[in-house]
Amino acid sequence: MTTVDDGVLRTADGVPLKRSLRRATARRRTRTFMLVVPILAFLMVTFVMPVADMLFRSVDNQIVSSVLPRTTIAIQSWDPLSEALPKEFVFEALVLDIQESFKDKTLGRAGRRLNFEKTGMTSLFRKTGRRAKLITEPSYRDQLIAVDKRWGELDTWKLIHRESDAVTESYFLSAVDLTFDESGDVSWKVEERRIYLFLFYRTLWMSALITVFCLLLGYPVAYLLATLPTRHSNLLLILVLLPFWTSLLVRTTAWIALLQSEGVLNDLMVFIGVVSEDGRLQLIHNKIGTFVAMTHILLPFMILPLYSVMKTIPPSYMRAARSLGAPPFLGFLKVYMPNTVPGIGAGCILVFILSIGYYITPALVGGQTGTFISNFIALHISETLNWGLAAALGVILLAVVLFLYFLYDRIVGVANMKLG
Amino acid sequence: MPPPLHAPPSERVWYYAFRAICVLIFIFLVGPLLVIIPLSFNDLPYFTFTPAMLAFEEGAYSTKWYWEFFTEHSWQQAVKNSFLIAVFATLISTFLGTLAALGLSRPEMPFRKTIMALLISPMIVPLIISAAGMYFFYARIGIASTHFGVILAHAALGIPFVIITVTATLVGFDHQLTRAASSLGSSPTRTFFTVIVPLILPGVISGALLAFITSFDEVVVVLFVGSVEQRTIPWKMFSGIREEIRPTILAVATLLVFVSILLLTTLELLRRRSERLRGIRPQ
Repeated sequence: MTTVDDGVLRTADGVPLKRSLRRATARRRTRTFMLVVPILAFLMVTFVMPVADMLFRSVDNQIVSSVLPRTTIAIQSWDPLSEALPKEFVFEALVLDIQESFKDKTLGRAGRRLNFEKTGMTSLFRKTGRRAKLITEPSYRDQLIAVDKRWGELDTWKLIHRESDAVTESYFLSAVDLTFDESGDVSWKVEERRIYLFLFYRTLWMSALITVFCLLLGYPVAYLLATLPTRHSNLLLILVLLPFWTSLLVRTTAWIALLQSEGVLNDLMVFIGVVSEDGRLQLIHNKIGTFVAMTHILLPFMILPLYSVMKTIPPSYMRAARSLGAPPFLGFLKVYMPNTVPGIGAGCILVFILSIGYYITPALVGGQTGTFISNFIALHISETLNWGLAAALGVILLAVVLFLYFLYDRIVGVANMKLG
Repeated sequence: MPPPLHAPPSERVWYYAFRAICVLIFIFLVGPLLVIIPLSFNDLPYFTFTPAMLAFEEGAYSTKWYWEFFTEHSWQQAVKNSFLIAVFATLISTFLGTLAALGLSRPEMPFRKTIMALLISPMIVPLIISAAGMYFFYARIGIASTHFGVILAHAALGIPFVIITVTATLVGFDHQLTRAASSLGSSPTRTFFTVIVPLILPGVISGALLAFITSFDEVVVVLFVGSVEQRTIPWKMFSGIREEIRPTILAVATLLVFVSILLLTTLELLRRRSERLRGIRPQ
């Protein structure tokens, strides 16, 4: 071993102590990080990439350009503001594309895609597809217009020009009730087709009201649990945890049994005589159903964070307030309540986040007037197949949720979340 | 505690009023679950009490909806699927989640907060968005409409629950114990299995139970990622409520209430054991 006497502390093999420590720390950090590598890789494939895939669909617009590749290139030379139809070679490209994609049976996809923007496009493409094989020589333009006069309209070509880009903003516009008008400018949709802003608004205000209901019902219960001796409160806590642990569908089913017009509550009210046999109340398949069932389902998520905060407030605070002359209510308002604010914040944000993304319960008890934005996302994915619009609605919803999640992390800290 | 005898009457009235309000809220919480139990024994296919039931007539009650559940093939297949999917999803998320929680509890973990936020996100992202994304992406990589695909999806959804419960157990973990074990000559592996595992096991099991119930109750993702072959109990209930509403659903719901009571009891016992092991005594 060589000894260098320069005042630097060294390990037995001559490495300066500082460097050795740094290396050891780095090694430990890497080793620790290896523990989370498997889970990160797993979530990446099973969760993050799927969600990213879904979100990307909100701007992805490759249907038209993949079904009509020649037209997509040819139409770039056309100026949509020129007030003149595209030149002959663009029509030729379109005829060739339509002939080919009709044979491959992909033409319908382009028609359906354009139909989201302008009704009638599906039938236009279907009709043209059937007749396009007869068009083999110029003039392509005149023959196409002979098949359907819409091929002679500027709007049709403006639409194809706009949607042949690989990226589109039309789904997002649609998700906030905007559209491209005849001249290609952004404008509001016609009155009766404006539904999504209203739906976002409804999702938000109904969720806010559900959060308020949960707070009003949860606060007294949490207070009771926190002030009772532990052995009593543990028993009562089980009554809170039981619904929390019971299947969502079981709870929704229970509310259907209770609330429907031939259900338990209505029967009871008819029996007591509060309502007449013909005057049975409509308590389900509307907003009331969503409010009641969702409040019930989300209530434990309010009680648990409130309870865990209230448990840490020493009872001596209230006694001190009383001994200083505060009446009970004032003492509660001035001393106890301010101490529970973190719990109120945590519970409210959690309930609100969970509520605005709900799908199952509104779908089963919400009817027409009590459904949320999630229900429309599901509708566009499985029924209308307008995946781009579903994705755009999803992006907006997710943005709201992530903002609240960020807020939650700031206020409570994700690491402090407790369950049961 | 009740107000003292010298308390003014207004205070005592308020005390009992408050208790009464709380009782009502507890009825709101638990009542609906209790109501479905007698309803599931209804002889007629209604979702309400018939006059005969209220009169306690003998023929008004029957167990036929339970029979239907236990004998009908599609329900039995659903039970099998539910357990199969939930068990494997739980194993995956518990294994990966415990490993990660052990890492996250160490002070030298880099990017701790970011990783934590990412691991919790499957619980926060609206289910419909996750489900739709999985539907498209799993189809692209060829695992949509397979048990494997649904298991992976449910494992992802169960991870936050495992992370939350296991990290909570590790918060009170006394790192002196592992140091004591090493100083007594125990190898890291042996320390892990004889010191760390017994101490965090209650937390791991409660995390696993939460992951299990998450998968067992989950319906949105199964609806999108799965096909009829992967039909689970919640799927059957969901389509049952939407299409033809039969009291069989109430029978299943009653059975599920008992399943959750069972799980809850297990969890409570585990919590007590964990507190005892960590030296926390109930006051």
